[in-house]
Amino acid sequence: MMNKLLFTLFALIIINSSLQAEELKAEKLKKQDWSFEGITGTFDRASIQRGFKVYREVCAVCHSMNLLYYRDLIDIGFSPDQIKVIASEYTVIDGPNDEGEMFERPARPSDRFVDPYRNDVEARLSNNGAYPPDLSLITKSRKGGADYLYNLLTGYAETEEGSDIGEGMYYNLYMPGNQIAMPQPLYDESVEYDDGTPNNLNQLSYDLTNFLVWAAEPELEERKRIGIIAILFFVVFGVFSFFLKLRLWKKVS
Amino acid sequence: MKKNTEVKKYKNSFLNWIEYRLPIISYLEREYGDYPMPKNANYFWSFGAMLTIILVVMIFSGIFLAMYYTPHVDMAFESTERIMRDVSFGWLIRYIHSNGASFFFIVVYLHMVRSIYYGSFKYPRELNWLFGVTIYLLMMVTAFLGYTLPWGQMSYWAATVITNLFSAIPLVGESIKIWLLGDYTVGNATLNRFFALHYVLPFVILGIVALHVAAVHVHGSNNPSGVEVKTPKDTVKFFPYMLIKDTLAFSVFGIIISAVIFFGPNLMAEVDNYIPADPMVTPAHIVPNWYLAPFYAILRAVPDKLGGVVLMFGSILVLFFLPWLDKSKIKSCSYRPVYKWMTILFFADFFILGYVGLKPAVGTYLLMARVGVIYYFLYFLVLAPLVPKFEKTSQLPDSISDVYGAK
Repeated sequence: MMNKLLFTLFALIIINSSLQAEELKAEKLKKQDWSFEGITGTFDRASIQRGFKVYREVCAVCHSMNLLYYRDLIDIGFSPDQIKVIASEYTVIDGPNDEGEMFERPARPSDRFVDPYRNDVEARLSNNGAYPPDLSLITKSRKGGADYLYNLLTGYAETEEGSDIGEGMYYNLYMPGNQIAMPQPLYDESVEYDDGTPNNLNQLSYDLTNFLVWAAEPELEERKRIGIIAILFFVVFGVFSFFLKLRLWKKVS
Repeated sequence: MKKNTEVKKYKNSFLNWIEYRLPIISYLEREYGDYPMPKNANYFWSFGAMLTIILVVMIFSGIFLAMYYTPHVDMAFESTERIMRDVSFGWLIRYIHSNGASFFFIVVYLHMVRSIYYGSFKYPRELNWLFGVTIYLLMMVTAFLGYTLPWGQMSYWAATVITNLFSAIPLVGESIKIWLLGDYTVGNATLNRFFALHYVLPFVILGIVALHVAAVHVHGSNNPSGVEVKTPKDTVKFFPYMLIKDTLAFSVFGIIISAVIFFGPNLMAEVDNYIPADPMVTPAHIVPNWYLAPFYAILRAVPDKLGGVVLMFGSILVLFFLPWLDKSKIKSCSYRPVYKWMTILFFADFFILGYVGLKPAVGTYLLMARVGVIYYFLYFLVLAPLVPKFEKTSQLPDSISDVYGAK
């Protein structure tokens, strides 16, 4: 019987790996080292701040992040005054005022990240018909998460001989099906860093990914901290229960 | 009105005051203090208490989520994310609720495995089994409704696929579907009623759980030997003996569920559900939550839509008849050398069905689903009634004390 079970398990693995090949083609992800991984993982705030700069100067031209507010930036080490300055660089439409008119004003920390486009139609029109997805949850909404995103950003290559790439599409090793509507967004030195960190493609992609992971899971540090306490609680409680159980049941025969 | 002459006396005057007016103190003492449990009951008998706790936790976390959630197609996704980001410990409450649902099913499946393997569903506990299957059925409905509420891509498309099943019913199918949706397609009316039902059904479940527990207390719990309790020597009191075992089991459960909630809260979730629902974009693979996957595999195992729907509902309905399909007088599979392995194979079969239910229904997966479905029904409709006729069973022990002492 055990043999039969083992055989079934083995068969399952074989079948699984052969079927995987039928799905859309993409390279296997190259794993990166992330500071937020592991049970005591924390965010690398310097990297996240640099990543925010990359987002503002490059990604934000097309991609919205409308689940975030400027006030959220306090989490990654910006001061309230810095946040006011950052927010004021964007314009939002508010109103109606006393005359019933809508008006423009600089954004405040309590505003959401301002969308690059007025609506979906404009977004599509400006991007060859493809809709640039909102980035607030991007690392949570793609298989592979942070590693997928990093590999995607660094995975642009010359179109492979014989691969069928559609009109206005680009070749990317890690995109399922190898074609992506977004042209390569980051190159070496795309963004100037203020802190002297080398701004090559890998570093830019790494920092941006850190920023987007924080944006998707701002609770991550608190979650892991409480998690350790919760598990310790159950371990201690369990050990006490275990010894009490042994003591009580010794008398039962 | 019968005059209650035998009011129990307690040292505590407050307890006496209550007891005289409502004999709830003696009830609790009888059912949760002195209540006799077979002393050979193993840790499989801890899952019932565990499930009660999970149900209460699910109801409480759900009530808090409902305070912030907005059941509207334009706001549901965002309000869910507001809970994750802006509500104090909202992420914790939501992760407890979403992972709690998965663990609810893991524990319910273990509880059912216990019942099927040790024959707990047999005489005199058939009604108990019927209550149990009803709870399981309601849990599946509730979980499906809850899955649609965040209004992500999987929420929307799972709702579309599942409600579409009803249109397979001849003649009235399309009308039933529209009646269920409240519209021609899945939309705001659907989301609103799904939310209303998702809120109320857990309280229905709670009511049936009360009946389920009351019913098991009439004849007492079954045990691994399947031999009924004969003398008080066969039992231990619930307090403290079973309570401490249940507490230990719950601690282990707490460690496991905490590891998932805090360190892998999305392990059992679909990434697509973090994309807001979009009726114009169909996800590459529409998958149900893992705990419904075995039935999804059964649904897709036949090429005919109506046939699939009939098989799927049949596979749940057949569970209700198990106490009358299994003809063996012997409860525990431990004393049924042949049927034991068939039952274990059935558990493996259900697991494999769940696995293929999460994969596309093509090639080998489809073949596995078909073989899986055949064995599923073979087990209930052929093996359960016929095997007892040919099986040479082992000698049952005379009493529970015999088995317990032998260990």
